[in-house]
Amino acid sequence: MQDFAESFSLAFRLILSADADLAEIVLLSLKVSLSATLCACMIGMSLGAAIAIFRFPGRGVLLVLTNALMGLPPVVVGLAIYMLLSNAGPFGTFQLLYSPTAMIIAQTVLVTPIATALTRQVIADLHTEYDEQLRSLALGPFATLTTLLWDGRFSLITVALAGFGRAVAEVGAVIIVGGNINHVTRVMTTAIALETSKGDLALALALGLILIGISISVNAALMALKGTARRFAYE
Amino acid sequence: MKHLKRILGGLALAAMLALTGTGNAESADKFITLQSTTSTQNSGLFDYMLPIFSKKTGIEVRVVAVGTGQALKNARNGDGDVLFVHAKPAEEKFVADGFGVSRQDVMFNDFVIVGPAADPAKVGGMKDAPAALKMIADAKTPFASRGDDSGTHKKEKRLWKAAGVDADASSGSWYRETGSGMGATLNAAVGMGAYALTDRATWISFKNKSDFKVQVEGDKVLFNQYGVILVNPAKHPVVKKELGQTFIDWVTGDEGQETINSYKLNGQQLFFANAK
Amino acid sequence: MNNIPQNVSPNASFAVTNPLLPLRAEDLSYAPDGLALLDKVSLQIAEGGISMILGPNGAGKSILMRILHGLIPASAGTVSWRGQTANREIRKRQAMVFQKPVLLRRSVTANLDHALNAAGVPRADRNRRATEALKEAGIAHLAARPARVLSGGEQQRLALARALSLQPDVLFLDEPTASLDPASTAAIEALVLAAERRGCKIVMISHDIHQARRLASEIIFMDRGRIAEQSAAAFFEAPSSAAARDYLAGRLHLPDGA
Repeated sequence: MQDFAESFSLAFRLILSADADLAEIVLLSLKVSLSATLCACMIGMSLGAAIAIFRFPGRGVLLVLTNALMGLPPVVVGLAIYMLLSNAGPFGTFQLLYSPTAMIIAQTVLVTPIATALTRQVIADLHTEYDEQLRSLALGPFATLTTLLWDGRFSLITVALAGFGRAVAEVGAVIIVGGNINHVTRVMTTAIALETSKGDLALALALGLILIGISISVNAALMALKGTARRFAYE
Repeated sequence: MKHLKRILGGLALAAMLALTGTGNAESADKFITLQSTTSTQNSGLFDYMLPIFSKKTGIEVRVVAVGTGQALKNARNGDGDVLFVHAKPAEEKFVADGFGVSRQDVMFNDFVIVGPAADPAKVGGMKDAPAALKMIADAKTPFASRGDDSGTHKKEKRLWKAAGVDADASSGSWYRETGSGMGATLNAAVGMGAYALTDRATWISFKNKSDFKVQVEGDKVLFNQYGVILVNPAKHPVVKKELGQTFIDWVTGDEGQETINSYKLNGQQLFFANAK
Repeated sequence: MNNIPQNVSPNASFAVTNPLLPLRAEDLSYAPDGLALLDKVSLQIAEGGISMILGPNGAGKSILMRILHGLIPASAGTVSWRGQTANREIRKRQAMVFQKPVLLRRSVTANLDHALNAAGVPRADRNRRATEALKEAGIAHLAARPARVLSGGEQQRLALARALSLQPDVLFLDEPTASLDPASTAAIEALVLAAERRGCKIVMISHDIHQARRLASEIIFMDRGRIAEQSAAAFFEAPSSAAARDYLAGRLHLPDGA
């Protein structure tokens, strides 16, 4: 397969030439997926921690639901968000379809179950360890939640990374709600899908390699942050 | 807890910045959303033509390139201002149902049947497309169909009908429906050594041809007409009527038509303007 | 052991009246899944000194302590603090240190700060109280270190410093020195005695008879979910129950007819 060698050299040439279109696509990918991961983590981590610590009506249903939704196909999420944001749908008036915001919403929906389920596991384990001590301190429910979330921060960085991985790699949802519009909603994955459909497999694979590179960079950055935090974040 | 508050505050701020940033990008300039097909997008015509239009009028054209079936469906939902597709009967129904204002011819190209160089069904050089399809069916050589209700797929189904072959009955054996776009279907055809119906523009710009070549071309029934429709503002008030009409007037007017005729790929003209 | 102030009697009198005591438990039972781990335990703990809970493994010492502190609910029976049922305010005047210290994944100082914050101590006072507690525990030099990289002895001293920084009226200690070396044990005991002198009531579980002798002002001896006897330090010379005699002699006590 000469395509592989060609793809590698093409990927390097694209990066070295600092291609403006490529930079735009990469930046939009990062912006959309990082924003979505952030939103999903804020929702999912609170929810996951609540499920882990508290007993409330509907908890079991929520638990099963988040676990099941972890495997939700992106295209289904895309379709559902499309129908909600379409001008024929209930939120059409906001004119969000075919915008980066729509893509952030779709990926947030996609990542939230993962953030919730993984956080629940992390916090449940930590809660088992801390429970008696925290109750001995007569900590209220909210303080218990924030204590566990903060003490689980290193594991939760991994949760965020898993969420980001899913967001940045998916194409099914963003291509439907974003429309893969050049210079507006084209991201790495939709660009790869487009080049594949043009039969330019070498370029598609080169973009794929760059996407892997981005993923590795983000992972490395967060891991470095985690390492630094471990060493210095104790005041 | 001090840390946590600081970090959460920082995160919230970052999220707000990210979202505001997004908002700014969207409110930029005036633009229309064009629901169109993969053939016009993948051939590079839009990349060539639309900047010329935008430069002249200051209107940005955002292209959503999907199959004709999905483009029509999206436009029905009001998710687009102008429709630029190639399935005349479906387009006329779209207008008749009140979703479009009116339909105008813009340009045409033609369909071709491509296949492996070995040509197992021996259709190379034929002009009669239905007869060629009959031979492919009789030889039971693989044929890759879009199977996605796109303009190309609709055309293909009419050709099978003309050939008197019930291809659907053989779905899964030699007749293989990919359910994907033109490019994906061509990739599949090349992979399986199957014949496929494609518009010429997509074929010329397609890069993964392997040893495939055009086997059947030149039949009048392979004519592929593109039309343009303004989505009806009476159905969907969000439609940008003036901007959309400006685009339609330009693309069917002298300058737009000349632009279409002047677009060439590998020295070949891909589309032929024919607006009245 | 020479750093333990031996000259101070554990029974030294003090001026402050303890607002929580006496602690009274009546007919406490704990029987999850029908297995009776505590069987109608009644006791009263008066103010002053160190009440030492002794007894063989499985006697129900830890369960009793957790029920008294309010960490687990009893299946039956009542606990009252100076005639009042426990509530959040009463809980906040108690503290507990576990056999295996539970420390947050933060610095030594941040661990104290967290506890003081939970107790509602204003920010301005937290730092001062944390520093004092660390100094008293002899671990002030470790203030900036991550708590969980400390040695076992240091961790337990930190857990005790955290509990004492809350200035509790009652301090529960569940075998705090069980896995520590003699020097660390001595340091913990010194801290406990100092707290007791300040008027903090200590309720402590131990398996170390020598430690019990050194510290206890009264003994609560438990055996198989019941209190076999509750008596003053004279217990060691003349235990009144057969179970306690066997325990002190290092014999396995078998009930009649077993």
